Amino acid sequence: MSGHVTEIVIATVLFLVVSGIGFWAARWRRPSTMAHLNEWGLGGRSFGSWVTWFLVGGDLYTAYTFVAVPALLFGAGAAGFFAVPYTVIVYPMVFAVLARLWSVSHRHGFVTPADFVRARSGSSTMALLVAVTGIVATMPYIALQLVGIEAVLKAMHVEPRFALIIAFAILAAYTYQSGLRAPALIAFVKDSLIYLVILVAIIYLPYKLGGWHKIFDAADTKFKATNGTLLNSANEWQYVTLAFGSALALFLYPHSITGVLASRSRNVIKRNMSALPAYSFLLGLIALLGYMAIAAKTKPIGTDGNTIVPVLFDQMFPQWFAGIAFAAVAIGALVPAAIMAIAAANLFTRNIYREYLKPDATPAEEAAVSKITSLVVKIGAVLFILFINPQFSIDLQLIGGVIILQTLPAVAIGLYTRWLHRWGLVAGWFAGMALGLWMLYQIPNAATKHAHFGGSAFPLSKWFDPTSIGLNAKATVYVGFVAVLFNLLVAVIVTLICRAAKAPDGVDLTNPDDYVADAPSEAPPGLTGDQLPEPAPTT
Amino acid sequence: MAPPPVPRRPAAGSSRWHWLLVVPVVIPLLVFLYNSKDPYLFGFPRFYWLQLAFILIGVATTTLVYQLTKSGAQRR
Repeated sequence: MSGHVTEIVIATVLFLVVSGIGFWAARWRRPSTMAHLNEWGLGGRSFGSWVTWFLVGGDLYTAYTFVAVPALLFGAGAAGFFAVPYTVIVYPMVFAVLARLWSVSHRHGFVTPADFVRARSGSSTMALLVAVTGIVATMPYIALQLVGIEAVLKAMHVEPRFALIIAFAILAAYTYQSGLRAPALIAFVKDSLIYLVILVAIIYLPYKLGGWHKIFDAADTKFKATNGTLLNSANEWQYVTLAFGSALALFLYPHSITGVLASRSRNVIKRNMSALPAYSFLLGLIALLGYMAIAAKTKPIGTDGNTIVPVLFDQMFPQWFAGIAFAAVAIGALVPAAIMAIAAANLFTRNIYREYLKPDATPAEEAAVSKITSLVVKIGAVLFILFINPQFSIDLQLIGGVIILQTLPAVAIGLYTRWLHRWGLVAGWFAGMALGLWMLYQIPNAATKHAHFGGSAFPLSKWFDPTSIGLNAKATVYVGFVAVLFNLLVAVIVTLICRAAKAPDGVDLTNPDDYVADAPSEAPPGLTGDQLPEPAPTT
Repeated sequence: MAPPPVPRRPAAGSSRWHWLLVVPVVIPLLVFLYNSKDPYLFGFPRFYWLQLAFILIGVATTTLVYQLTKSGAQRR
């Protein structure tokens, strides 16, 4: 305990500074009223390129990512590096899609992806499915951020439970007060700290460990049996489908969309598609911390592989710098946790509360419900971590990625075409969901000896002999990728049946012009009175 | 119930330039390009440095397409 005092003091001070910023954020770009979802939940829809870069970067590259990706390389070698192609291909992939989503949301005042689906497909069922999928996929993701903080606390030998509750109580309080402005402002501090820590780490650690070739040699030695610092024919398809499927899923998550909709114009989003890969580069370097830990002969605490990076820092850095690094990871957990809670709260408010409980809710009531829901969501996440094995939240997060992908036809394809019938979308969702969950259920976890939900790599040999199509007998694929293909197939078939049976189409409340609309001008922040809170204008 | 006809601006939302974006999506998924150790660069095996280098292709392409399609370029 005593050996970690400097670390604890520095990490605590930085944490308190950031909390102060969180509370102060309510005054930043002060709106005339905070009692509107556009203000509390989307920061006034006024963020420019820089704020959006920090906000979305802080949102997508979470503390858990920074802890788990190197842990994956440490434990499994090259397969863990999928995070790099994943975060490289995602931006060109969504470049045009997000611009369309921003435009139509800006025109109609949409706050959530389910708002869009409601207006576009004319199906309240599909909108509800998108909302529920979003909430269910987001909840374990918030809990995972706590796993990131927990790993740091363990490395400092602090009893995690008490500290976690305090940290989340403070987070809940300033999110309640400041809304999206809090994580936006804190993201500046978080990302500056993370960039500082990683730049130092990738220069200082290889220097201490005898150079990059020593680091890669150590990894080669550890994975010698399987030549695991490269891919092999058994895991290369898993690598490709996981990178591709994860990229498809990333901007379907409600919290990613919240970050996008908070920006000021189409150009802000497009510029960020070129700027956000800076974080991907950072992530690639962070991933290699896993190999540095191998070279440094770092041992995780107990069986918790996620402690590998914090322990490496503790072992290699002077105490004061390790304190800064730990603060960076812990603060790195708060930004996405806040945005995720806001996104989940917005989904509940707009697509469940307003849709089913109180259709005539005023903007002020919507903001009030969202604020309270965000508190409930955070309390739920803490209870989750305190009373349920963290491993369970990791499994759920895995499932979350697979299920959020099932909203792809309604949200992403819906931005381009209404060819898919609304009943086809619903049928596809159920089909993809069922297949995805069934496949995940069949995957055992070798490490924990659980028979089910042990990963997202599905062995093809369960279905057919992979060697018959020239693949390795042990070849695996990413469950989400297969499930979303099946979803699309069913959606197409049911659409054809509906068309043949002349089933009525839903009413589309959007115009083709809405998808290319831009902000009227570079309006000063706070002047967003042109957006109606209603999901659609009267036609 | 049909929406009133609206003037279409095909260039802003559906530019042909967007097809360029396929390149940086496909290249990082071609495992045979990078699944090898040689040649090394700064001590990094090819698997690691080349995949990091693909970030540059992504950034270059999105920047180019942005310059070609940004609003303001073909409006007013």
